[in-house]
Amino acid sequence: MACVELKKINKTFGKIEIIPSVDLRVEDGEFVVFVGPSGCGKSTLLRLIAGLEEPTAGDIEIAGEVVTDLSPKERGVGMVFQSYALYPHMSVYENIAFGLKLDKANKGKVREWVEKTAEVLQLTSLLQRKPRELSGGQRQRVAIGRAMAREPQIMLFDEPLSNLDASLRVQMRTEIAKLHDRLQSTMIYVTHDQVEAMTLADKIVVLNGGHIEQVGTPYELYETPASLFVAGFIGSPKMNLIPARIKSTSPGRSVDVEVCGMGTVTVERDASHMANGAAMTVGLRPEHIRISLSGPDAGLEVVNVEYLGNEAYVYLEMPGMDELVVVRESVPCQIRTGQRVALDAEPERLHVFDADGHSLPRVGTHRVDETDLQAASN
Amino acid sequence: MNRKLLRKIVAKAGFGLLLAAIMLFTVFPFYYAILTSFKSGSELFNIDYWITTFNFENYQAVLGQSSFVSSIWNSILVATCAVAIAMAFGLTAAYALGRVHFRGRGTVLMIVLGVSMFPQVAVLSGLFEVIRAFDLYNDPLALVFSYTIFTLPFTVWVLTTFMRQLPKELEEAAIVDGASPMVTLFKVFIPLMGPAMATTGLLAFIAAWNEFLFALTFTLTDDQRTVPVAIALITGGSQHELPWGHLMAASVIVTVPLVVLVLIFQRRIVSGLTAGAVKG
Repeated sequence: MACVELKKINKTFGKIEIIPSVDLRVEDGEFVVFVGPSGCGKSTLLRLIAGLEEPTAGDIEIAGEVVTDLSPKERGVGMVFQSYALYPHMSVYENIAFGLKLDKANKGKVREWVEKTAEVLQLTSLLQRKPRELSGGQRQRVAIGRAMAREPQIMLFDEPLSNLDASLRVQMRTEIAKLHDRLQSTMIYVTHDQVEAMTLADKIVVLNGGHIEQVGTPYELYETPASLFVAGFIGSPKMNLIPARIKSTSPGRSVDVEVCGMGTVTVERDASHMANGAAMTVGLRPEHIRISLSGPDAGLEVVNVEYLGNEAYVYLEMPGMDELVVVRESVPCQIRTGQRVALDAEPERLHVFDADGHSLPRVGTHRVDETDLQAASN
Repeated sequence: MNRKLLRKIVAKAGFGLLLAAIMLFTVFPFYYAILTSFKSGSELFNIDYWITTFNFENYQAVLGQSSFVSSIWNSILVATCAVAIAMAFGLTAAYALGRVHFRGRGTVLMIVLGVSMFPQVAVLSGLFEVIRAFDLYNDPLALVFSYTIFTLPFTVWVLTTFMRQLPKELEEAAIVDGASPMVTLFKVFIPLMGPAMATTGLLAFIAAWNEFLFALTFTLTDDQRTVPVAIALITGGSQHELPWGHLMAASVIVTVPLVVLVLIFQRRIVSGLTAGAVKG
């Protein structure tokens, strides 16, 4: 168990810069998830920590020691690969024991350790099987067993669940969470699935084009996204991003925003660096929008209503926007395709981003506290 | 309905005929050699298509010559050693060429391929000098040396291709487990290369077993020869008599080990050994 620190890490393949410069600290025992769209450098970052790739510049520290030039084994990392990468000619026992046997110091303890690992992962009855005789979920458990058998300081997961079917994925997700509770080791997990990120992580690192967009708890990322990218990436269905314009500001206190299709809304944000009339974007989660069937500006057409059983999604066409606006409605839902409706939302639920995609700072001491909001929602 | 059935039957019959023709074309010469080897004297000049008598005189005569028996042992020794050395070098070279990124990898591969393009005759005199310099003339080791040279390019190429197809994650998993490149090669890759090794090993063995030109040039005395040369030098009672019976018996004797080898290794040449490694 150890903390990991990345210092000004740069990775360039040939002429293509994958990761310009990343600084990050992972605390001891933390479960950190790297999330981002494909090609954002999240797997490369994991492989840099594993020692499978060398950084072009910068240093990696594990437990306070510089490990940049050390091999994966010397770093004390275990890794679970997306494709499992089990040794096909070896039994489950031999797969888990392979690393232990190579470690001269632990030779006497191999059987004991393998059995202990197998017990934790419920593999005891499968120890003599070959990988080809196992199901996807079992293979994944063997891969995890192989990674944890040497009791590494840090466990790395590279999209471990993306090859499993949906129901198994949910089950393995819970197993990994339980495993982390039990081992209390530092885990770094890469995924493109934001549901996995939200459910597993103590801390999420959102990556985009090799940059860290935001680091925070799942709650912080969902409630206070720092940028348009994070706002659009976290949450399903996606946050609605609606074009808007500043009408007037009272610096340091609030700003009046004219939102497409919603009229003027006053939000308590500091927009002192922006001029009146400047373009901006307003973000609204589907569950925070209310639909009213009548009203002065009931002009938005309902394009589609998706009924999901426990809830319904209403899609609206907004003039001046390419994407449809999604609204979550409770069932039974009275709204029908073709109706014209108006939107309404509480101003404090609005996320406001400037033209560069940065979130506008909330005003003064009125910072929404995590515990407050959770208490309020209960 | 009837026409459909008829078409099916005609197609099947045509396919069967084609198979039979190919079978006849490839197997008949060998069959006729077996047939001839059981004949003696003037029977040789009767044209028969079925084996009527089993007359082992020719076999006894051929195996009775001690030089022929020692040439069989020479062939086994030379071919086995050549294959073993070629596999050892081939596998390690294939690991480097298939899995390690280094500058000039493609050039090395092209050179390896280029070397195999020289006709044997072109290198014969040069190689002869090398063998004289090593003091290996008239020694089976000279043949081990030269056969290794001409089986290596082919072995390296085929093994490199197979090595490249092994999933990269397997190698990385081994690295994370703390395996050195040698451990990775011997404990992880080679067990998975069974089919490739069986194929290349077999082809290299056959090539070494059947080689004639080097074997003729680099050996002098009867007891150092390999089988192809020994057969070619079997002579009859006079200059004008070719002992067809002996020749055919000797040919059958040297072909049988190859057939047996192929049948043994055929079971190893199966795909699907990597099943279960990664999700396909």
